[in-house]
Amino acid sequence: MEKEWRTIMTKEDIQSALRKMSRQILAEHSHLNDVALVGIRSKGVELARRLSMIIQELSGALLPIGAIDVTLYRDDIGGSSCKPVLKKTEINFPVTNKDIVLVDDVLYTGRTIRAALDALIDLGRPKTIKLAVLVDRGHRELPICANYIGLTVDTSQDESVKVTLEEAGEEDGVFILPHPEETRW
Amino acid sequence: MFKRKDLLGIQELSREEICFILDTAESFKEVLTRPIKKVPTLRGKTVINLFHEPSTRTRVSFEIAGKRLSADTINISPSASSLTKGESLKDMAKTLEAMNPDIIVIRHPIPGAPHFLAQKAKFAVINAGDGAHEHPTQALLDLLTIREHKGKIEGLKVAIVGDIIHSRVARSDIFALVKMGAAVKVVGPPTLIPPLIEKLGVVVEYNLERGIADCDVIILLRIQLERQNRLFFPSIREYSRLYGLTLAKLSKAQKDVLIMHPGPINRGIEIDPQVADAPFSLILDQVTNGLAVRMALLYLILGGES
Repeated sequence: MEKEWRTIMTKEDIQSALRKMSRQILAEHSHLNDVALVGIRSKGVELARRLSMIIQELSGALLPIGAIDVTLYRDDIGGSSCKPVLKKTEINFPVTNKDIVLVDDVLYTGRTIRAALDALIDLGRPKTIKLAVLVDRGHRELPICANYIGLTVDTSQDESVKVTLEEAGEEDGVFILPHPEETRW
Repeated sequence: MFKRKDLLGIQELSREEICFILDTAESFKEVLTRPIKKVPTLRGKTVINLFHEPSTRTRVSFEIAGKRLSADTINISPSASSLTKGESLKDMAKTLEAMNPDIIVIRHPIPGAPHFLAQKAKFAVINAGDGAHEHPTQALLDLLTIREHKGKIEGLKVAIVGDIIHSRVARSDIFALVKMGAAVKVVGPPTLIPPLIEKLGVVVEYNLERGIADCDVIILLRIQLERQNRLFFPSIREYSRLYGLTLAKLSKAQKDVLIMHPGPINRGIEIDPQVADAPFSLILDQVTNGLAVRMALLYLILGGES
């Protein structure tokens, strides 16, 4: 690992944060039959999978998992020179009347979540949508907040927050990098 | 990645660019199955469909593709355009530019017309067929259809059958398939196969049964009845007997052969109804994939523009 990366969560921290979030999700939803997890591509999907495993372990309930790609709903398309790679949205259950928990790795400006909300609402009318994030790093540009947070951390806008996960062939960890995010998403 | 301002032909695309377009199109297929098939991606962009030749499926496909991406789409057809009043392509480019569209989708009888327009104008240009030159979006949707059903393109044996000489689809398909590593045969009567076409990396075969033997995919082309006053073959009936694809002739091909046709089909001439309606005929899959490919191209060309 490069020297200038500052670790803010270790593998164990991530595990206990996800357990805490799972317990909160269970405490707030009495009808588990209606609950579904939707991960935002790509790291949100891996985190949704992990949350689902922990929730199954704690309660025995197997929650459906979906994956959402927000690329087509971004508000910077045509404005930036970057052309994000489009991936598929895979939600194989009706979202109408479901209690959806959106899952993402880092909450920053809130624009990804705004796009995900629009994308999700185009698929139906969920009863509720809540938001679970591993890290909340502040600097919101929209009135959005998370319901379940693994770790709240103070950051400067000159830094970026990086989550690495075993599923992508890396070690579990959350780091602060000393340069700004490539896109403010 | 795809960084071009225009899509003018398959010839200038790299294999990587083609793969990237196909991957993006595959993701768009999922959008087409949603209850709300419209996404806000190209809100505020203007797409002008400028079709100087009759076309239904390509024009409608581009129109729906644009609308599904929330772009404003406008159609201009020959009878309604000033081209019938003698305006030159250059003047038309300037006029269109003054209206500040983001992209022009053009079909034109003159080969190179889209290239000329692209050079003259700031807006992006997609070639929807220029004379007998290229029809790149058709080739891309053909590739997507083949890849979807065969899992790959490299190493497949593909026969393109019929009127090769007048066909822009044949030319774009040849460029695309050869680039992706397929072995391509062109099959038809000598009068409908241009001389020296071997230079594009294809094998020429004049006999249909021999041509389709061992093939994984057969792409049939429409016999352009409107050109038959120039006597490229003695009669439609003779052409149909020798080159019309029937179930009996098809027994010479691979068991899992796929049949494709860019449409519109002439039932009973180049394709027997039993073949056209068979489960291994992908003619309607091609139409659906055309929509996904065109959405992908509009997105790739307009989506990342600065």
